[in-house]
Amino acid sequence: MKAPDFRYERPESLSAALALLADEANGAQPLAGGQSLMPMLNFRVAAPEMLVDLSGVAELRGISDSGDSIRIGAMTRYRDLAEWSDLEAKLPLVALALPHIAHHAIRNRGTIGGSISLADPAAEMPALMMALDAEITLTSADGERTVPASEFFLGFYETAREENELVTSVRVPAATSGQRSAFYELAPRHGDYAMAGVAMVADAASPITNLRAAFFGIAGQPIRLSVLEAALNGKAPDDEAAITVATAAFDEVDFIDDLKASAATRRHLAGVVLKRALAEL
Amino acid sequence: MTGPATIFDRPNTYIGQPTPRQDTDRLLQGRGKYVDDVQLPRMVHAAFHRSPHAHAKIVSIDVSAAKAMPGVIAIYTGKDLAETVTPYVGVLTHLAGLRSAPQHPIAVDVARWQGEPVVMVVATSRALAEDAVEVIEVEYDPLPAACDAETALDASAPVIHKDFGSNLAWERLVDVGDVEAALKAEGVTVVEREFRFGRHTGVTLEPRSAVCDYDPSENQLTMYYSGQAPHMMQVILSKHLGVPEENVRVISNDVGGSFGIKIHTYGDEVAAAAVAKLLKRPVKFTADRHESFLTDIHARDHVVTGKMGVDANGKIVAIDFDDLTGIGPFSMYPRTSAIECNQVLNLTGAPYDLENYRARGRVVFQNKNMMCQYRAVGHPIAMAICDGLIEDAARAINIDPVEMRRRNLMRDDSYPRASASGMKLDDLSHQKALDRLVEIMDYEALRADQEEARKKGIHRGIGFVSMVEVTNPSPMFYGIGGAPIASQDGATARLDAGGALHISSSVTEQGQGTNAILAQIAAGVFGVPIERVKVTTGDTATVPYGGGTWASRGAGIGGEAMLQAAHALKEQVLDVAAVMLQAEADTLDIRNGAVVDAKNGTERMPLADLARTVYYRGNELPSDLNPELIATRHYRVTDFPFVFTNGAMAAHVEVDTDTGFTKVLGFWAVEDCGRVINPMLVDEQVRGGVVQGIGGALYEECIYSEDGQMLNTTMADYMVPMAAEMPDIVVSHIETPSKTSVLGAKGAGEAGTGGAPAALLNAVNDALAPLDTSIWQMPMTPERILKVLGKV
Ligand SMILES: Cc1cc2nc3c(=O)[nH]c(=O)nc-3n(C[C@H](O)[C@H](O)[C@H](O)COP(=O)(O)OP(=O)(O)OC[C@H]3O[C@@H](n4cnc5c(N)ncnc54)[C@H](O)[C@@H]3O)c2cc1C
Repeated sequence: MKAPDFRYERPESLSAALALLADEANGAQPLAGGQSLMPMLNFRVAAPEMLVDLSGVAELRGISDSGDSIRIGAMTRYRDLAEWSDLEAKLPLVALALPHIAHHAIRNRGTIGGSISLADPAAEMPALMMALDAEITLTSADGERTVPASEFFLGFYETAREENELVTSVRVPAATSGQRSAFYELAPRHGDYAMAGVAMVADAASPITNLRAAFFGIAGQPIRLSVLEAALNGKAPDDEAAITVATAAFDEVDFIDDLKASAATRRHLAGVVLKRALAEL
Repeated sequence: MTGPATIFDRPNTYIGQPTPRQDTDRLLQGRGKYVDDVQLPRMVHAAFHRSPHAHAKIVSIDVSAAKAMPGVIAIYTGKDLAETVTPYVGVLTHLAGLRSAPQHPIAVDVARWQGEPVVMVVATSRALAEDAVEVIEVEYDPLPAACDAETALDASAPVIHKDFGSNLAWERLVDVGDVEAALKAEGVTVVEREFRFGRHTGVTLEPRSAVCDYDPSENQLTMYYSGQAPHMMQVILSKHLGVPEENVRVISNDVGGSFGIKIHTYGDEVAAAAVAKLLKRPVKFTADRHESFLTDIHARDHVVTGKMGVDANGKIVAIDFDDLTGIGPFSMYPRTSAIECNQVLNLTGAPYDLENYRARGRVVFQNKNMMCQYRAVGHPIAMAICDGLIEDAARAINIDPVEMRRRNLMRDDSYPRASASGMKLDDLSHQKALDRLVEIMDYEALRADQEEARKKGIHRGIGFVSMVEVTNPSPMFYGIGGAPIASQDGATARLDAGGALHISSSVTEQGQGTNAILAQIAAGVFGVPIERVKVTTGDTATVPYGGGTWASRGAGIGGEAMLQAAHALKEQVLDVAAVMLQAEADTLDIRNGAVVDAKNGTERMPLADLARTVYYRGNELPSDLNPELIATRHYRVTDFPFVFTNGAMAAHVEVDTDTGFTKVLGFWAVEDCGRVINPMLVDEQVRGGVVQGIGGALYEECIYSEDGQMLNTTMADYMVPMAAEMPDIVVSHIETPSKTSVLGAKGAGEAGTGGAPAALLNAVNDALAPLDTSIWQMPMTPERILKVLGKV
């Protein structure tokens, strides 16, 4: 459990970082908070020839509020978000979810960009991006492009990001007035990755209006199920019959089957988290 | 046992006080010295290629590429080391019929579990050693594996050691009274359950580590060892490496937790010692977390079918069970892997008045990591079988579980006596403990709350256990069977010239505070402020000979030796003082660092004056006075095989029947460990033990694939209990001192781990009772609970 040898670079600007990534001969991989990458290096499941530490790149840090949307720099740490005074007003769903992400020590270092780039199927941040219809900005030496969250997360640790690109920021629509948020996850111990979870927003709670519910920890990537959302829109959040109809949408989900829970258990738990989150909407 | 009478009411005693440990500042300031902190000149580092297969023939090993890697010093295979290390066999004669095959530190020809060392690389750093391991090429021919203990005895199962003809390692039957007749008698209700206990392991903060240093000029081997039994390791290294015992020095300074993991012979550690000898330079091996999960001994892994019969009054008429346990491909050396099963057979039902008892145990070889003694050996199984069935039977005949116990527990005034399995018992307090428990947890209120909650569809449960714990083992545990493990321990107390007390002991410190209680005992019994006591443990070159700390023996055995040594030194010092002060020795006492008049405490002479006179100006003393300012005493338990402690515990849980999640709302433990030397340390031992018990009941499991691959070798996948999920654990003590020693201390280290799982099991089943279902498998994961609820 010692990392293989690698070169280490700590560029001071975005263009320098992108240049290092652009040169394929470098075998470079970005390093953000290191909370996932360092264990992967030590387990030797990742063995880049060069680590490009992004912590010196000022352009990647910070939160800026343009009124109806919030831009969050990739190197913003969970901790920075939690301490942002407008968080509850502007991004209430994120405020609900943050305490469930790992532990203080990890939130002190882990970054939004890192979580989104890694795309762990059970991670909260990707699901939040899906529920909130966020846009992800990718930048390479050749330029910048923006991908909606719904097209970014492609599968188990798989995203639309190219190897020479960095996630530079995300743009998240700010909560509209009257918007409702709910978050519920089931993790065996506090801070563990969830066995099933859901993050949701709606324009109104009763009847449910314009529901966007993103599940995580149940499939290869965070998912929204249009059939499920349609079945619930226009209904009361405690409408058992509607919930039963809605959960039939799980038929199309390829549930994760692993050590923590079988696919059948995850399917059952997905129904439970849905119901419980709706109760809090 | 007779002894000094005034020890516990002396004015400056520390026994019974919550005295802070002396080593906390050092440890909290990061000044601890663990084995991985040891840096020796010319030291090299070991890493291992380990078998990726559960069972495979090693066809060929190609190390040519690895040899050429940067920093590589040497590479060894099993065959290479077989020339330096003689094989070892984990059997003991008192476990009649136990068999195991010779084991090599590194596999020779065949690998028998995933994780078994196959090639050892020694390089100038661990990282470089790992780089070289990656390019070693081993060709394996996978063999059929017997991974599942339950099918390992089938005729069709591959036999791991051909000569044995089967995978049976050991079998024992205890049959007392007439179980069949008792179960068939009229009016008897019989409950029967199949229990499953998952494998788990100790997960010490500091992994296993060893730095081995060999000096050819003196044929001297020194091992800095994260371990619990230095003298045992000294003998083992001597015997199998062919170095005279006196030339092997084992040093165990700070040890970051052990829980029984560090009392065994591990191939990688022995290999490090062998290679130090071959290379004539220091070799460091520190297991990483992945290696720890794969190779630290595992424990539990039992399948039990158990029956209990109770009459209409709730009196237990018989217990009958069959225990099958898988131990990996070898019995661990030198303590063997049959002890846990043996304990299950010895301890089940031991708190209860019981006449008919039948217990069969079978211990089988399998192609998984080895299983051996881990904190509370066998106890969680024994307690869960008996107390699980008691509460099951109580439900069947509709008696309150506390009342059911009251009708069956051994009476506090009925000792000495024996358990149904023949264990000698004395000085126990089951009735008092249960009464205290019911009081401190406010049982009635919890039942009332349960009823209210049920109306709202909330499922809370209350579960109990009455338990015994094996502590302070006598030679009957290991020594009798031929293991080189001391059952007696020694302590030395020395008065230094400045009036300070220097003590040393053969019991060891692994983080639980052994050194602290030794200092408390010595300071109090001898009569100096505790700040003036210095403690040395864990060095075979300097401490008296003894067993070390395991089986909850440090305080009870090591503490008694310390008491005797401190008392002997006091008498010797007072003899000298009597001459110097021209007084009778029995009119003097030592208090607070000075010789005083026993009657009124008036100071007569500071100890430093006495010691300086003796050491520097002996000319002032009469020439026929031969002062001995040092005393050593040894102690072993003689009249009993073990000194049992008892306890009563209760768990309060809430089971979320939609999710299968169990939340522990509260836990109470009443413990009788005899005399409490330091309540703060004992309480934390009990709490830590309970937490490990909760781990076994709800979270921890070494999960293997069908073909013998351990799948969860990280802290993310192997779930230890974490603080956020732990309840408040209320601890209360009954003190019934053991008559086997003056100190009267029994062990306290394992009770929580031994008792908590049964209490949790009972609490969960109490919660599930209205839903007409129950669970008998641990850990009780959400998925397993959902399954018994029929929800998945
Ligand atoms: C004990 C523990 C518990 C945890 N529990 C949770 C949990 O409950 N929920 C959860 O969501 N997470 C959890 N995590 C994971 C943690 O949140 C992640 O480590 C974090 O989200 C990843 O961010 P990072 O900054 O540490 O990324 P790093 O570990 O530095 O990088 C992760 C990956 O992303 C790539 N990368 C990083 N930044 C960029 C970028 N800007 N552009 C392109 N690629 C990039 C890296 O190359 C790497 O492949 C846990 C981690 C630990 C150690």
